[in-house]
Amino acid sequence: MNFDFNAVIQAIPYLFGTGMTFTLTLTLAAASMGLVLGTLLAVMRLSPYRLVSVPAGIYVNTLRSIPLLLVIFWFYFLMPYIGAWVTGASRPINIGAYKSAIITFTLFEAAYFCEIMRAGIQSVSRGQMAAGLAIGLTYRQAMQSIILPQAVRNMLPSLVTRVIILFQDTSLVYVLSLTDFLGAGAKIGQRDGRLVELYLFVALVYWVICFSASRVVKFLERRTRVAR
Amino acid sequence: MIEFNNVSKWYGEFQVLDNCTTHVSKGEVVVVCGPSGSGKSTLIKTVNALEPFEKGTVWVNGISVGDAKTDLPKLRARAGMVFQHFELFPHLSVTENLCMGQIKVLKRNPEEAKAKAHALLDRVGLLAHKDKHPGMLSGGQQQRVAIARALSMDPMVMLFDEPTSALDPEMVNEVLDVMSDLAREGMTMMVVTHEMGFARRVADRVIFMDGGKIIEDCATSEFFDNADARSERTRLFLSKILQH
Repeated sequence: MNFDFNAVIQAIPYLFGTGMTFTLTLTLAAASMGLVLGTLLAVMRLSPYRLVSVPAGIYVNTLRSIPLLLVIFWFYFLMPYIGAWVTGASRPINIGAYKSAIITFTLFEAAYFCEIMRAGIQSVSRGQMAAGLAIGLTYRQAMQSIILPQAVRNMLPSLVTRVIILFQDTSLVYVLSLTDFLGAGAKIGQRDGRLVELYLFVALVYWVICFSASRVVKFLERRTRVAR
Repeated sequence: MIEFNNVSKWYGEFQVLDNCTTHVSKGEVVVVCGPSGSGKSTLIKTVNALEPFEKGTVWVNGISVGDAKTDLPKLRARAGMVFQHFELFPHLSVTENLCMGQIKVLKRNPEEAKAKAHALLDRVGLLAHKDKHPGMLSGGQQQRVAIARALSMDPMVMLFDEPTSALDPEMVNEVLDVMSDLAREGMTMMVVTHEMGFARRVADRVIFMDGGKIIEDCATSEFFDNADARSERTRLFLSKILQH
């Protein structure tokens, strides 16, 4: 078999300029918005009011029980109708594959971030909330300034691990015909008849990024242990 | 300053406070003692509403704690509390620990808050540690920071919940010294403690609790020196802890 890695070198501007840019944008957008939404859900799940905690619990357990691929499809085809229903428009509102992907990944990741943040909040001793309230903070202020910063710090390794999984999962957007890093590789590979080379290269890049990130997780785990 | 009228509290079936009635006057130091599970910590935590109660009333400086309309954060800001396990905020520096409430609750500007924080740290002898994180300090030092944090809010009363029982024996005195100084300066204090030496030296009054009830509530000298007038339960408790 004759490998021709020239095809890879020529494809690099496209692979990174278009593919990786999209993959990273989607990862960062879904991670940051998902973390905010997930934190909100975690606080809701821990609420003593069932009216607040139960809906959050249903949301999280439902999304965690459905394959991501299904959620992506589901939202892409359903979102236009939901949009029309919400705004009262007579025709389905087309929001496009790109926005649909960002919304889907955000909603999906939020369910996982919620469970990580819930564990994080519960890892902070109850006395910390009491101490926050005792100096006159409101529940919300104590949550924001005392509990959540500690929860995030305790959970940083798990959060980064989850973002690594998210980074890999973004390749599923191929079903919406979006071009992520893997998709870009596949396109070039098919065009030039160099699929094996391109797939090898793409796998190598994923491996380098994810393996480095997992080393970061190891480092964070060690640091968290020392800080306690 | 503080008035408890027939305060009762239940955890499900279990009654933790049983018709507690007492008061604390301005400038008074009251030690609350009793066996574990007697309700003494719960009693002082009703003052700043960290422990809600089902029956009775607690008045703090004319404000009813149990009233749904009471602005609890405002009330708590004026009632400093020191916890058994310090509960300093581990992710913040010592100075930031002392500034948090001043800035977020009292709306002091950061410079003013910092100046106040450093003055208080100096007072408890820890100014040299102002930029450290709580985890780098000894237990006794952490508890002194916790006292300074409570004082940063200019409280009208200080509540101490077993402030020395999580400390190594050699660190107990540095904390008690700070508390004695506070008492001497006229701070109104409620102190849950087993330190009977401290109670005898500093307290104006001693409350003894058992099974959620206030069994004794009398002047310090009366409590320690007039054993015959004490209930049998109190004498048993004192005989057990005073021997050592």
